[in-house]
Amino acid sequence: MANVMQTETFDDSRIVYREVVEAGKPWMHEVKAGQFFRIVDLEGNQAVDTLFYNAKDHSERYSAADTIREQGNIYLTTGSVLQSNFINPMLTIVDDTCGRHDTIGGACSAESNTVRYAIEKRHMHSCRDSFLMALNTCDCHADHPMTKGDLASNINFFMNVPVSPDGHLDFDDGISAPGRYVEMQAHMDVLVLVSNCPQLNNPCNGYNPTPVEMVIWE
Amino acid sequence: MTENNLSKSARLGDLIWRENLPGGAHWSGVIRRGTVLRIMDVEGGANVSMLMNNIEVKNERYNMPDTLKAQKTAFLTTPNMCFSDMGRVMCSIIGDSCGWHDTIGGISNARMVEKKFGVKTYQEAHNDYYKSGFDSLINELEKWGLGVSDIMPNINWFSKVRVEESGAMTFVEGNSKAGDTVDLRFEMDCIVSLATAQHPLDPNTAYDPKPIELSVFKAMPVENDDPCRLHRAENERAYYNTKVYYGENPNG
Repeated sequence: MANVMQTETFDDSRIVYREVVEAGKPWMHEVKAGQFFRIVDLEGNQAVDTLFYNAKDHSERYSAADTIREQGNIYLTTGSVLQSNFINPMLTIVDDTCGRHDTIGGACSAESNTVRYAIEKRHMHSCRDSFLMALNTCDCHADHPMTKGDLASNINFFMNVPVSPDGHLDFDDGISAPGRYVEMQAHMDVLVLVSNCPQLNNPCNGYNPTPVEMVIWE
Repeated sequence: MTENNLSKSARLGDLIWRENLPGGAHWSGVIRRGTVLRIMDVEGGANVSMLMNNIEVKNERYNMPDTLKAQKTAFLTTPNMCFSDMGRVMCSIIGDSCGWHDTIGGISNARMVEKKFGVKTYQEAHNDYYKSGFDSLINELEKWGLGVSDIMPNINWFSKVRVEESGAMTFVEGNSKAGDTVDLRFEMDCIVSLATAQHPLDPNTAYDPKPIELSVFKAMPVENDDPCRLHRAENERAYYNTKVYYGENPNG
């Protein structure tokens, strides 16, 4: 895995939005066509569960299966085109100082936590709780209400889910580090839904969920 | 493996019904808890794209990531279970003569089919017209009040996709032989939607989807030592959640 550290390309004066999202918090915001969207892993080893929707038609959304098939590779990095379920390019990853990102590992939920760890862990905070909270509180999609049925398979930025040729899949320690970022440019107006993952039971965020920063610029 | 060597709960009960499905077709129906759906690759080289929804709570659906993570696998075979997004078991793979079934490759769409095979309309070819997996599944999902939003990462029975260390995906040809079967014991009353379109990564440049046979049998009672339940602690906990959902003693 190449340790890709690229030079920053953006200019502070062009930033239109900047916010730190604490661990375990949801975040939902629109990124306009042509704008750049950067997620910074402030302390390293964090997993940022992310979904994208066409801001004008939410039935069009990020599709993990179509994205990996179109590029013939299960990992996402610079050059990856994030495809919709209608096979339209939604965003392209234009810079990535982490190396690769997962999109087949999905998001945690109270129910999957009972399966993966213990029945008693159901009460622990999960990404699906964060997603549902955002869907029910953000006025950014008030004209088109969204429900659990809108939660498709997501991207896990900064998360390491290696698959071997014999078909073994695992969750490994992250390959991210403090200050690493992934940056993408939108091809359409996209609504971004994020759960800054609160998972405490596996190494996806080093058993210590930490904040990330969201930056949008033109 | 002879019938006698099979664990009791992997044996099939009486045949309930049987139906043939041509290549390039689509089908949906309810498969009940306590029955086994056997899918047979009649000629070899079939691909069966499948989605499952709980018939009672339709937004509970097959979840590829949860299925793979819980069982630390990137493909399906016996004794894997197929999990829903609600921490429950939809079906258990109690028999498999093929050995590798894909669940990361997705389905074909109209644009892809046209680019690869060209166009053949109903007007000119009648029921041999070219269909995509996406359009085929939409036709079935809509009948149950489901739709585009329910096209999630699906299972592709009989297809093999290998992932190299680099993450590159390769379709492995010749994975399934004529007569290969996979036996799915349903643990939840499910709407099952199927499309027999070719796998989107199949390099075959001819439109040549293969026929399958569907058979539904009564299932034997699920034993405490059932191989699917015992496969991993995660499987047993998902089975526990499923029994709770159906109002049964989860320890009984």
